[in-house]
Amino acid sequence: MNHYYGWGLPVNISTHGAAIDHLIYVIHIFMAVLFIGWFIFLIYALIKFRSRDGHKAIYDINHFKVPTYLEVFVALLEVVLLVGFSFPIMNQVRQQIPDKSKALEVRVLGEQFAWNIHYPGPDGLFGKSAPEFMKPGSPVGLDPEDPIGKDDVVTINQMNIPVHRPVLVHLSSKDVIHSFFLPVMRVKQDAIPGQSIPVWFEATQTGKFEIACAQLCGLGHYRMRGFFNVQSPEDFAKWLVSKAPKKRIPATPRVPAPLKSFVEDSTATVASHTTAPS
Amino acid sequence: MSSGHHHSHPPQEAHSNHEPDLPFWQKYIFSVDHKVIGVQYTVTALIFLLVGFCLMLLMRWQLAYPGKEIPWIAGWFSERQMLGGIMLPEFYNQLGAMHGTIMIFLGVVPLAVGGFGNYVIPLQIGAPDMAFPKLNMASYWLFLIGGVIMISSFFLPEGAAQSGWTSYPPLSVVAAGGQTTWLVGMLFLIFSSLLGSMNFIVTIVQLRADGLTFFRLPFFVWAQFVTSFLLLLAFPPLQAAAVLQFMDRVFHTSFFLPSGLVVAGKVLEVAGGGNPILWQHLFWFLAHPEVYVLILPAMGICAEVMTCNTRKPLYGYKSMIYSTIFLGFMSFVVWAHHMFLTNMGTKMSTFFQITTMIISIPSVIILTSLILSLWGGSIRFKTPMLFAIAFLPMFAIGGLTGLPLGLTAADIHLHDTYYVIGHFHYIVAPGTLFGLFAGIYHWYPKVTGRKMSEVLGKIHFLGTLIGMNCIFMPMFIMGIAGVSRRLWDPTQYAHAVPTQPLNVFISIAAWCMALGQIPFIINFFGSLIWGKKADDNPWQATTLEWATSTPPPHGNFATPPQVYRGPYEYSVPGQRTDFLPQNVKGDN
Repeated sequence: MNHYYGWGLPVNISTHGAAIDHLIYVIHIFMAVLFIGWFIFLIYALIKFRSRDGHKAIYDINHFKVPTYLEVFVALLEVVLLVGFSFPIMNQVRQQIPDKSKALEVRVLGEQFAWNIHYPGPDGLFGKSAPEFMKPGSPVGLDPEDPIGKDDVVTINQMNIPVHRPVLVHLSSKDVIHSFFLPVMRVKQDAIPGQSIPVWFEATQTGKFEIACAQLCGLGHYRMRGFFNVQSPEDFAKWLVSKAPKKRIPATPRVPAPLKSFVEDSTATVASHTTAPS
Repeated sequence: MSSGHHHSHPPQEAHSNHEPDLPFWQKYIFSVDHKVIGVQYTVTALIFLLVGFCLMLLMRWQLAYPGKEIPWIAGWFSERQMLGGIMLPEFYNQLGAMHGTIMIFLGVVPLAVGGFGNYVIPLQIGAPDMAFPKLNMASYWLFLIGGVIMISSFFLPEGAAQSGWTSYPPLSVVAAGGQTTWLVGMLFLIFSSLLGSMNFIVTIVQLRADGLTFFRLPFFVWAQFVTSFLLLLAFPPLQAAAVLQFMDRVFHTSFFLPSGLVVAGKVLEVAGGGNPILWQHLFWFLAHPEVYVLILPAMGICAEVMTCNTRKPLYGYKSMIYSTIFLGFMSFVVWAHHMFLTNMGTKMSTFFQITTMIISIPSVIILTSLILSLWGGSIRFKTPMLFAIAFLPMFAIGGLTGLPLGLTAADIHLHDTYYVIGHFHYIVAPGTLFGLFAGIYHWYPKVTGRKMSEVLGKIHFLGTLIGMNCIFMPMFIMGIAGVSRRLWDPTQYAHAVPTQPLNVFISIAAWCMALGQIPFIINFFGSLIWGKKADDNPWQATTLEWATSTPPPHGNFATPPQVYRGPYEYSVPGQRTDFLPQNVKGDN
């Protein structure tokens, strides 16, 4: 279908993903070595000690040194995997949350069966939102009385981010547990109602990718697909402006004509509460 | 049951010496005899396994050919299940949830613990029956009721549970369908398990034959002993959790529901303030030990079958026992590795990663001991032995592929993908099920008095071995490509499209493996009639179940056995035979 995805790991375009991929490769090499060693021993023992005329079992148990070495080897390797790989990666992914002044902050709110993406707009602040305001046309439930939310940008199933800039996602869900999965970013995090979970990543190249839901969330789980578009900072800025709410003309809401480069925006943009989804 | 030393207990001897003249329904249906109950468990569980397998065969059509009409059998289903012969997503989810539930709670555990445990433990420890025979009967009937409730939910108007076998709230609370039925069924199954596990523990502690010390017990009994503690201690939290979820669904409480849920555009009218993650903790506190409930009895069976068919004592008998006990303890402190993506703190995830790595050590010891037990033996490749040998590499693959999932960093990408499905199926399907098949072929002659056909057995073995690997090996590739589990139509995602041919391959392999089970079904029932007559000890084995007549009478032993030695005294130098039964004094 496209060159980002194949039979191996999807292409990695995140700053932290290479370390994860490296760990996955290292473990698999370790697993393969251990398994092949075991398996050769197994087959050899089966052939050597097969029941046949004149062959008798030996009552005495051989006291091999090998198993002890093997145990120590396995234990040491696990320590290496933990201390050398998993802990540092997790420290990077979970603890070193980027500085809010540098990062692009985005709220992602899962629902059956769509991803609502909420940008703070030019003021850099998210407007207040509440469950009682969540209705068609206002998927993240922005408070219409809150002036801070007037410039906020809300899209459905379309997440655009600038390349080479940390993105800090505040992830939540309005109904059931979803899991926000960006295969090419090596990002996967459960979206849990009642919690706002920080997730961050930084893209290293532009392109059009996808968002998947990785946690069973109901009968539409299989189609909870979003579009994930990594753009140059300029293109991203243009896109954000194009999605900004058109509050000057509230009487006849106009849905902006889809740009040629965003044919994939099949689902409508919902900018604040001024335009309605088609 | 009151006495641990039945050699000094005349009523039991009298009891064991004559076959009581009971009416048919008391002897074979509402029986309190552990052997009849064991057979009831075995046959019921095998039927449930077949049902669970068939659900998967249906799902495999949708996965291989998403949205295409199912040939031939579409007419069997209602419009709530299939529309125009096309499987509906909600029915797919029902099949998925019920496949997991049936395979684990109605198939593998009842077969491993209820079936083999019931039949074999009292015989192997030289006891006339279980400690509490009536409780034993109660646990079978509770299990059957629970199972019937589970299966019947398919025929209810709202259908079966459809939120996965894990039943995560809020989805499971707000979902339509038979989730309530699922919870009620689970309550019965848990009660059944609790009664059974208490019974096993008391039986093993109290009713061992004279001379049968703990370190003379067959490894199978040890495995079941630890398993029983896991069931006894791990199930009550899930019992409580199931009641809470039942309350959330039926009485609209909010144990697992946070405030401010908006479902399908409407604010949910509940008090809120609950926590959906609480359910996951309670669920996995059971469900991780449950993995060892699945695997330990199979390891026990493999130890029995392998020692008998290598004609050699077990390598590292004591270290295997210590490992099993350690495994049992550790299995209670690893549960949250199923929840690495629920935003737990790094301190928590560090703790659970470390415990997860630690628990792999005793598993490696057990597996290594079993492989080393082959060294220096004289290996007979009978059907049960083939399954027991194949268990080793299959379990090894299952165990090793648990490693990347146990490391949070690698788990980020692999969590909830087909990699996970491949991993735990290697543990349970070609792993545990191979152990259980080994057990069926091994003890069938003792139970029925007839041997199963070796030819059909070997065909069954080959078909199952090739089938299982063709089904589950490609799943690792799909998982690495990032394909999520539980997708009605995987081709909706661009990243799942390249590996879609593997889904077709897996489905064809699964249907072929289904055909490969036919020789087993024929063998299982046909050998009752055509099987060669088996004598008391057809495999020339050493443990006590072979010391009584075939099939064993009510009360098991004509005279209570006296035990002189450990369980696996094969090829002892200076003996006339290459096996020295536990209850025989020996030549010198």
